[in-house]
Amino acid sequence: MSINYSEKIPNNVNLAEDRKLQRALEHWQPAFIDWWKELGPEGFQANEDYLRTATGVDAKGWASYGYTEMPDYRWGIFLADKTEDRTVGFGDEFGKPVWQEVPGEHRSALRRLIVTQGDTEPASVEQQRLLGQTAPSMYDLRNLLQINVEEGRHLWAMVYLLHGFFGRDGREEAEAMLERHSGDEDNPRILGTFNEPQEEWLSFFTFAYFTDRDGKFQLKSLAESAFDPLSRTCQFMLTEEAHHMFVGETGLGRVIQRTSEVMQELKTDDPARLREHGVIDFGIIQRYINFWFTSSLDLFGTESSSNAANSFAAGLKGRPDEDMYEDHDCSDDTFSLERPHADNGKVITEDIPMRNAMNLVTRNAYIKDCETGLKRWNRQLSKAGVDFTFTLPSDRFHRAIGVWAGFHFGPDGKSMSKTEWESRLYEWVPSREDRDFVKSLMKPVYEPGKIAGWIAPPARGINNNPVDYEYVKL
Amino acid sequence: MNIATEPKGLVRQHLIDPEICIRCNTCEEMCPIDAITHDSRNYVIDHDICDGRGDCLGPCPTGAIANWRQTAEPYSLEEQFGWDYLPDQDEAAEAPADLGAPVPAGAAELPDDVARIIEEAHKGAGGRQVPPFSAAHPYVGIYSDKSPVTAKVAGNMRLTDADASSDIHHIILDFGTQAFPVIEGQSIGVIPPGEDTNGRPHHVRLYSVASPRDGERPNKNNVAITVKRVTEDNDGNPVTGVASNYLCDLPRGAEVKVTGPYGTTFLMPNHPEANIVMICTGTGSAPMRAMTERRRRMRRHHDIPGNILLLFGARTQGELPYFGPLQKLPKDLIDPEFAFSREDGQAKQYVQDRIKTRADDLAALLKDENTFIFICGHKRMEDGVTESLREVCKSHGMDWDEMLPVFRKAGRYHVETYY
Repeated sequence: MSINYSEKIPNNVNLAEDRKLQRALEHWQPAFIDWWKELGPEGFQANEDYLRTATGVDAKGWASYGYTEMPDYRWGIFLADKTEDRTVGFGDEFGKPVWQEVPGEHRSALRRLIVTQGDTEPASVEQQRLLGQTAPSMYDLRNLLQINVEEGRHLWAMVYLLHGFFGRDGREEAEAMLERHSGDEDNPRILGTFNEPQEEWLSFFTFAYFTDRDGKFQLKSLAESAFDPLSRTCQFMLTEEAHHMFVGETGLGRVIQRTSEVMQELKTDDPARLREHGVIDFGIIQRYINFWFTSSLDLFGTESSSNAANSFAAGLKGRPDEDMYEDHDCSDDTFSLERPHADNGKVITEDIPMRNAMNLVTRNAYIKDCETGLKRWNRQLSKAGVDFTFTLPSDRFHRAIGVWAGFHFGPDGKSMSKTEWESRLYEWVPSREDRDFVKSLMKPVYEPGKIAGWIAPPARGINNNPVDYEYVKL
Repeated sequence: MNIATEPKGLVRQHLIDPEICIRCNTCEEMCPIDAITHDSRNYVIDHDICDGRGDCLGPCPTGAIANWRQTAEPYSLEEQFGWDYLPDQDEAAEAPADLGAPVPAGAAELPDDVARIIEEAHKGAGGRQVPPFSAAHPYVGIYSDKSPVTAKVAGNMRLTDADASSDIHHIILDFGTQAFPVIEGQSIGVIPPGEDTNGRPHHVRLYSVASPRDGERPNKNNVAITVKRVTEDNDGNPVTGVASNYLCDLPRGAEVKVTGPYGTTFLMPNHPEANIVMICTGTGSAPMRAMTERRRRMRRHHDIPGNILLLFGARTQGELPYFGPLQKLPKDLIDPEFAFSREDGQAKQYVQDRIKTRADDLAALLKDENTFIFICGHKRMEDGVTESLREVCKSHGMDWDEMLPVFRKAGRYHVETYY
């Protein structure tokens, strides 16, 4: 089905036929626009940006490019096409038809899943709202704004589900999405990572690499859901999420490339000299990786989780790529979980029911996916003759959620005393000094084709345009 | 996939470059026939399932998806899962291409010689170019000189009068069932058979297409080119142009090796409001004809408010390709202005002179941000055209040198000239 752009809210869900829902969403729309203007990207709202807008959910329509002012961006509701006769792919309901409505017994659990996912979308817009002021190039500025408008659309996607299927509760939750704010002490965003500041572009790229990749895995888990409207919503969101990961992976890659070039020019790996030359030394980059990776691990929830087990049993949230598993029931299987002993912190292994380990199953797949990008950078460094290897820290390190939270493990996964851990923390995660140095490099470059000195230019432009294309009309 | 046209024993396999892929899952999500899968390391395409429909191509944010290899034995999923890099194109596979999925623009590296020719032709525009914002998405380099496509000559006729000194041909190439998507403003490459004096195969020659995207005959898979038989060099010394003579002499039904398509910037603006100013000489009229014909066909079904102003130069009326048909086109489709430099009994007129004749019309067009300028033909005209544009602007209170960068940046000024 194509998207109807003549309506106030573009959609491919026949909104016009559901007056009540249409009115409710039209009522929410001005609140969203107000939120966007207040907490969306600072500046550039009146500039024309070269943005991608979906005009259909199929291969042809999903990306049409053109100049748009952000407040005129057509935020709307787009679901992937319906698969006829789709059945539940896992859990106790395996093989039964999927649901087009929310079963009463799963109402609150589903609402919680949708609210948690939905809350991250406006949160990241808020986290990134000042970054446009220090964009390293017009190309990067455009990519940031594209991500921001699409996160806005992802909020719409979740709000549609809340309004359409959860009645008054849903409407209240939709309003609350605009009331919680990232980093707000009194009313913060639900998940910790989304309250962390992103004051400079290295944080932004690292966030987009690790946290948007978490988004991929969460959306893929929800795309497996027996609640079909949720599944179809998430399927389409995944196509947009791709650009966000692209920005993260190529952004971080370009920072590494630039530093590597300067290292070879100067024939040094001395951080002080590299910083003098205005590039970010690998130590800092590694510490950013450590920070955002471990923070993103927390987003998967705790390793042994009855919530996860219930969601799986009920068919609410599956494993990414459920098709690739042979056993879609998992009620007889166990998972061998490593965790620290509550008394002495010693690592022990215990078997837990597989269904309780679903967060961890998804998280392990995520970790492997994160490793792939690092391996590629390492290969490029070794090819260039640069002696440095980026690594992912152990999943025991620097955790605030789950079995490792409150214990003291280094990035190598080894236990240590609290005193040692605290005294060495800034060897592993960015210190104030690291962050200040990175911030000191953040000077905006807005001339088409020009690029800040701390990052390499992109290999190609957006939508086959040249790199020096005027991506934002300033 | 058209098995019948596959070279013996070779298959064209669609592959994902693991070095560029960011594992975003979009291709897998977009493939309606589930030909794409992944493990914890790589996203891969199952050759047995992929039918080349290309739904995965556009959505890929990195371009990792746009890779094809010709192989005697398709790579298995297991082999692909193990890759850190794409394997090099197998030497054994340097044979004609089959009909694999089309390559999106930018995906294919242009051969050096083609890139050089295009760079030289576009020099007059002053640096790097961008296409008009409303141009269609061009496909580039689907067929290389190592794997050209074979077209059949469906027609070959002389455009210039029998007694004219120049011999310009309108040649129609039919691609049958082989994919050859080309849009107005793009070029194709032709490889003449045989070897040069050094015993090497002839290098590729580029020709602008003279037909619109849906073919010289609508919805036939054919393309027209405009070829001038080269009989003398720039200084008037007799030479025999290898490719042009080969093409002009081709009988109907003959086979021609074609590469391309090429060109990502000199492209027709598609929005109906676009005004197109065409400045050309001789065979430089080919892309202008393609665009005009596209407009003419569009007008049957759409309201097209944009205008075309054509400034066209040749030695004589009889030497001006497409002169007759041009005269028959309605004025509200195209407003032609001709300049003849060697018409008996008339003062020499060049295309730059006609620019001044139409100063008022041009000035009005130049003020309209929907106006796009295309210049195509002999390099000689470049300076004169620029000078005339300067004059026209000056006499109307504008400054061409200030306007040019604005035009260029917006993809509104395009030059393709050659010796």
